Amino acid sequence: MNIIIVGCGKVGSALAAELNEEGNNITVVDLSADKVNEVSSKFDVMGVVGNGATHATLQEADIDRADLLIAVTDSDELNLLCCLIAKKAGNCQTIARVRSPEYNTEAPYLKDELGLAMVINPEFAAAAEIARVLRFPSAMKIDTFAKGRVEMMKFRLPEGSPLVGCAVKELANKFRCDVLICTVEREDDAFIANGDLVFEEKDVISLIATPKNANDFFRKIDYKLNSVKDVMIIGGGGVANYLCRILRRSGNINVKVIEKNPKRCDELCSQLEDVSIICGDAAEQALLLEEGLESAGALVALTNLDEENIFLSLFAKRVCKGKLITKINRIDFDDVIKHLDLDTIIYPKNITCETIVRYVRAMKNTIGSNVETLYNIVKGKIEAAEFHIKEGSPVVGVPLFELKFNASVLIAAILRGRQVIIPRGNDTIQPGDSVVIVSNHIEMHDITDILK
Amino acid sequence: MNFKMITYVIGWLLTFEAAFMAVPIITAAVYGEVEAWHFVGTAVFCLIIGRLLTFKKRKNTTLYSRDGFVIVALSWTILSIFGAMPFWLSGAIPNYVDALFETVSGFTTTGASILSDVEALPKCMLMWRSFTHWVGGMGVLVFIMAFLPLAGGQNMHIMRAESPGPSVSKLVPRVRTTALILYAIYFVLTVIEFILLLCGGMTIFEATNTAFATAGTGGFGFLNSSMGSFSPYIQIVITVFMLLFSINFNSYFFILLGRFKDAFTTEVRTFLIIVATAITAITINISPLFESVGEALRHSSFTVASLISTTGFSTVDFDLWPEFSKNVLVLIMFIGACAGSTGGGIKVSRIIILFKSLGKELRTLIHPREVKKLKIDGHIVEHETLRSVNVYMVSFVLIFVFSIVAISFDNHDFITNFTAVTATINNIGPGLEMVGPTCNFGFFSIPSKLVFIFDMLAGRLELFPMLVLFTPATWKK
Repeated sequence: MNIIIVGCGKVGSALAAELNEEGNNITVVDLSADKVNEVSSKFDVMGVVGNGATHATLQEADIDRADLLIAVTDSDELNLLCCLIAKKAGNCQTIARVRSPEYNTEAPYLKDELGLAMVINPEFAAAAEIARVLRFPSAMKIDTFAKGRVEMMKFRLPEGSPLVGCAVKELANKFRCDVLICTVEREDDAFIANGDLVFEEKDVISLIATPKNANDFFRKIDYKLNSVKDVMIIGGGGVANYLCRILRRSGNINVKVIEKNPKRCDELCSQLEDVSIICGDAAEQALLLEEGLESAGALVALTNLDEENIFLSLFAKRVCKGKLITKINRIDFDDVIKHLDLDTIIYPKNITCETIVRYVRAMKNTIGSNVETLYNIVKGKIEAAEFHIKEGSPVVGVPLFELKFNASVLIAAILRGRQVIIPRGNDTIQPGDSVVIVSNHIEMHDITDILK
Repeated sequence: MNFKMITYVIGWLLTFEAAFMAVPIITAAVYGEVEAWHFVGTAVFCLIIGRLLTFKKRKNTTLYSRDGFVIVALSWTILSIFGAMPFWLSGAIPNYVDALFETVSGFTTTGASILSDVEALPKCMLMWRSFTHWVGGMGVLVFIMAFLPLAGGQNMHIMRAESPGPSVSKLVPRVRTTALILYAIYFVLTVIEFILLLCGGMTIFEATNTAFATAGTGGFGFLNSSMGSFSPYIQIVITVFMLLFSINFNSYFFILLGRFKDAFTTEVRTFLIIVATAITAITINISPLFESVGEALRHSSFTVASLISTTGFSTVDFDLWPEFSKNVLVLIMFIGACAGSTGGGIKVSRIIILFKSLGKELRTLIHPREVKKLKIDGHIVEHETLRSVNVYMVSFVLIFVFSIVAISFDNHDFITNFTAVTATINNIGPGLEMVGPTCNFGFFSIPSKLVFIFDMLAGRLELFPMLVLFTPATWKK
């Protein structure tokens, strides 16, 4: 695929490296000749010096033959403008990094009306990742669909679980839970779950559910999630703001934010509910201990200074047994930091990069289709894809049990507006829905490919 | 320094060289020449060493800038050392240094020979000489890169070190695709010339040889009279193709894409203007020597094209021309072809940059506070490029002067020495006086020949790789 990356900062060059490695043809664009030279001599990519939001520069980067433009400069406005011009000039897909919370709330509008394929907010993505770690520390892997409203979780069935010996079709009656078992991995095999499959010990199960239903299900099968009950967040920046919202929405977690700047505390206080906000300097150990660091379930260090975050986590490691999450902005010293044994480390830049790379992979695997996201559930064997259903599709309006599906296909979730439906036989697919399909690694270009 | 990776690349280089030898082997088979066995022997030897060097799996594939330079300089040296084997083994050229001179002259597309009677060589040897031109013209490592994924992004270091010109740009994002496109253009142009030569009545052997030698802007002939005995039609075809091969190959890519404005860059236009001016001046100057102006024009254009493209074919002995013409010819020898072509010399783009910076310098003397940037085709010339062009010129002059002093021990006249170094460092072939188009380099002593070998390699690789190879800091850990 031909990809143009505008902006050669950390994220831009990380993307160039990763996407180039995966066999795409990359052209990088930046105003600074030094940066372009650095990236194009390090990786096998072509460099163009110029303003990515001008038609002439994009022409020089061969926008006519580009499949995708990714705008990751420092400026939100420039990124959006790049995407608009690219869309007009070359009719390619576009991805913009947008950091400002004002634009972030506009993301659906930007996507629908301005034709952007993806709007990525690094702070929100980081917050979502942190929230996932906090809620399911023992899950093996969590992927999200529909912007976080549906999750696919993978976990290993422990010995003596009530699920052992139970068939998939009995689940609904036995536990009364709205979850869908997608795949079961047993030793080296992986199956897409059908009704007759019986669970065994040590199976690795992946299931799809809303975050709330998943909690419910895990409680009923006595699976220890070790999810965190109270969280202490240091630093009240953008990530903290998003994180509080996500945590409050998904269940009963107590959140405490410590922020130095009184004005920022006021802002947070008026924006967030049910969150206790403490104005103080987290560098004072007495304050942390006073606020109950010793008994906290988790400490999330989110200040703007990497050094401070690292020190906070090192200190917290000595006094509390909870989960530690450290946000690091600079990715240059990651191997050094890895050796500090800091529990979980979050790099917002890497998360941005990974999210975009995942999108590109999906796009590449399904050229010419309307797949929104694609995940490997079991590498090379089973994958899950999210489709957008358009008017006039043959699957629309027919109850699912009447549709003739391919044997190895499972409809895992239907997303309608803000509503999430775990499908049963009587449900129907409506135009405008997004549908999550789990399948045996067949090439899917369109939703009709799942029919016989 | 990543020695493992360097030996790995050299291993592949030898494997490819073994494959290249298929060309003379096939020629020998067609003409039933026994020298085929010398080629087979060398090829097998190269293949064994090559496979041994590439056998080991290398872990660290990172190449830094200096690795790129060292790889390029070593590769070309080793390529020539092995390429010279068949000449020496078969006894066609009894002295190994002479054989090496001939091979280096081939790979660097110089075309200077130590043989007084080329017609005495077996046909397979002639074919090998011409084929080394073709391979060396576009670059051996670029060729390998086109077919072999070496080391990802760091390939650019190799391409930069091997390609002629002050700055190297890619045509498409990937080095490998760029290399493939360049070789495809090169191949197609060669085939077109081959067909046109066949139409002019050349035999397949002659046409192949001439096409290879023109494409690489090399200049090894297979007749003692070079191109003098062929028809005017063939001479005109060769003239046109020598000029075509000395134009930046990026231009052809842009023409294929229909971007004509990008194709005719300042460099290409300047090159064509220089060629036209030189041809006109020389035609006027030499027309009394020929029967008609048309004939004078044909010979002057052939000679100008041959020398500015650094090919080195000749139709007449231009050493007998008036002084003015000879001076113009020596001047254009230095200018050379466009960057990114197969030709040698200082390169038109460097000359343009030098003249523009001279102009800029003069302006700053008059308006000391004026802020001015050098621009070519609307693009600012980066300070880095400017600096490397200046350093290139200084190194060029230094190597030139040292070479002249080094070969002066042979006690030949100054014009011979001066033009001999000019002809080798600019990869042309013939010079004036004792190294004129009808003469050869055979009479120089062994040390002088070694100096020429260094000059040819340095000239082809744009000086720096060879200098890096001899810089002690390169070899320090």
